[in-house]
Amino acid sequence: MGSFIIRRLLGSIPVILGVVLVVFILTTIVPGDPARIMMGQRGDPETIKLIRQEMGLDNPIYIQLFDFYKAVITMDLGRSYRNNMTVTQAVLGRLPVTATLAIGAMIIAVIFGVLMGIYSATHRYTLADYGVMVLALLGISTPVYFIGLLLVLLFCSHLGWIPGTGLGNGEWIYYVLPMITLGIRPLALIVRLTRSTMLEVISQDYVTTARAKGLIERVVVFKHVLKNALIPVVTIIGLQTASLLSGVILTETVYSLPGLGRLSVQAVINRDFPIIRGVVLFMALVFVVANLLVDLSYGFFDPRIRYE
Amino acid sequence: MNLNNLAEVKSEQEVNGEKSKTLLADAWRKLKRNKAALFGMGLVILFILVAIFAPFLTKYDPIEQLIWTEGIEARLAPPSWEHPFGTDLYGRDILTRVIYGARISLQISISAMAISVFIGIVMGSLAGYYGGFVDDLISWLINVLYSFPFLLFIIAIVAFFPPSLILTFSAISLVYWMAIARVVRGQVLSIKEQEFVQAARALGVSDWQIMFKHILPNVIAPVIVQGTLGMGAIIMTEAALTYLGFGTQPPTPSWGYMISAGQGYLSNGEWWWGVFPAIAIILTVLGFNLFGDGLRDALDPRNE
Repeated sequence: MGSFIIRRLLGSIPVILGVVLVVFILTTIVPGDPARIMMGQRGDPETIKLIRQEMGLDNPIYIQLFDFYKAVITMDLGRSYRNNMTVTQAVLGRLPVTATLAIGAMIIAVIFGVLMGIYSATHRYTLADYGVMVLALLGISTPVYFIGLLLVLLFCSHLGWIPGTGLGNGEWIYYVLPMITLGIRPLALIVRLTRSTMLEVISQDYVTTARAKGLIERVVVFKHVLKNALIPVVTIIGLQTASLLSGVILTETVYSLPGLGRLSVQAVINRDFPIIRGVVLFMALVFVVANLLVDLSYGFFDPRIRYE
Repeated sequence: MNLNNLAEVKSEQEVNGEKSKTLLADAWRKLKRNKAALFGMGLVILFILVAIFAPFLTKYDPIEQLIWTEGIEARLAPPSWEHPFGTDLYGRDILTRVIYGARISLQISISAMAISVFIGIVMGSLAGYYGGFVDDLISWLINVLYSFPFLLFIIAIVAFFPPSLILTFSAISLVYWMAIARVVRGQVLSIKEQEFVQAARALGVSDWQIMFKHILPNVIAPVIVQGTLGMGAIIMTEAALTYLGFGTQPPTPSWGYMISAGQGYLSNGEWWWGVFPAIAIILTVLGFNLFGDGLRDALDPRNE
């Protein structure tokens, strides 16, 4: 197991180096002079020249790239053009909101997704099964922000159960609707996946054996079928992280939550390049780490993988 | 030996009382039995027809502000015979804008998908066929690009250049080629080890001919499935972009932008501005998802 972990860790280094490279390219090829953006329209040429020198913008591109790698490693990505906050401060300051939102959404998605998937698979071709499948399809086909708008309309405007959008004073109630909104898409995917893998596993010989030796259905389903059906579900959790972070941008916009998603959109609108770099980089690294963890958990679930 | 095999297969089919059939005919036969897939196909066809024939389906112009001709009542008018989906704040007919929105959606999704399929097939078959360093490099690139939240990645590209349709679909295709490339790579990897390819190679057939004549035809089916499902995803992405205010700019009628413009009026009871474009998105994406799922089942020879 030890060498497996080390191999996987080393394997993610080229990806991380690539991620940093892409972020650098993305924020370097864009038209417009960062020094001018920083100084605004009225900056005089002399000052702009000084700032360009200070920011290293006159250096050859490979030196700039090298400096960028150095900045990433030392976690010193500079300061926001807007409010002079360091990028690390800005990102870490917004992180708790987004982390709460994303983790909550994923927990909802996994619990309800797996349960509904099991129910659907064990009640195949019944009305309930069709109902769950139709809902799952709608969940995949409906824009996140529209789900959000409908939930706000229903629970805030009409029923008044939830005070409104925004974060209030950070009470948990403000997180309920955003978590559901963000969770619906992964939930729908997990329902479909759980159902189909369960159906595949149910027809395997060892399940027939388990039934033949007289185990009650509940034990067969939860102990023999589910355990093996869950491996693809674990994969999808890892792969869904990136899509979840895209959903975060939309969810935070609909609910006016001060998280990383809104920070990134604001930074793009303001052309606040250090912040853009910081957030994009951070989100990509979260994805790499999430998938690393999923890979490692595989080795845990299925011993064969460790020796491949 | 080959002829013998064929004869055997044929006689077996004759025993079953079925005519010999091609992959396509077989797929169509299976698709016809799948009601959900047919429903999806219907939605997709409807979407394409609406997009193509937009000007014939409505007498209004998508950016025509009817307050100048019909007076102030044409502002935020609820659905009626004259305006089945109502009008927006500027007195524009929403049905007309939804219809023309289909056009924008189709233009962007088809273009983005065409580019994605092209890049995906080239990259995927290079990686799968040559393996080694080429595969390592392409797989690395895919792993790197997959790490970014795709929406933020696209925003970071479209936001800094003058907005245009071309920019939007190019940026989207920078993300979606990877799904195609992965499918193609996997497929090529498994096909190139099969006996008929090795036989061709033993006979001295060139790499190019093996690729185009023997391998790529076997890649088409999974690419069609991935492409159909991807169309839904791209339409969703395009709408999300305009919802956030990036991508095609107003007054161009885009579904995402319409939802964003109409969202503030939902709670006032003026729901039609935001809801109809949302229904258009849901039905279109649903159509591509159902149709894509159906195609996957139909094109899989193991399914009977």
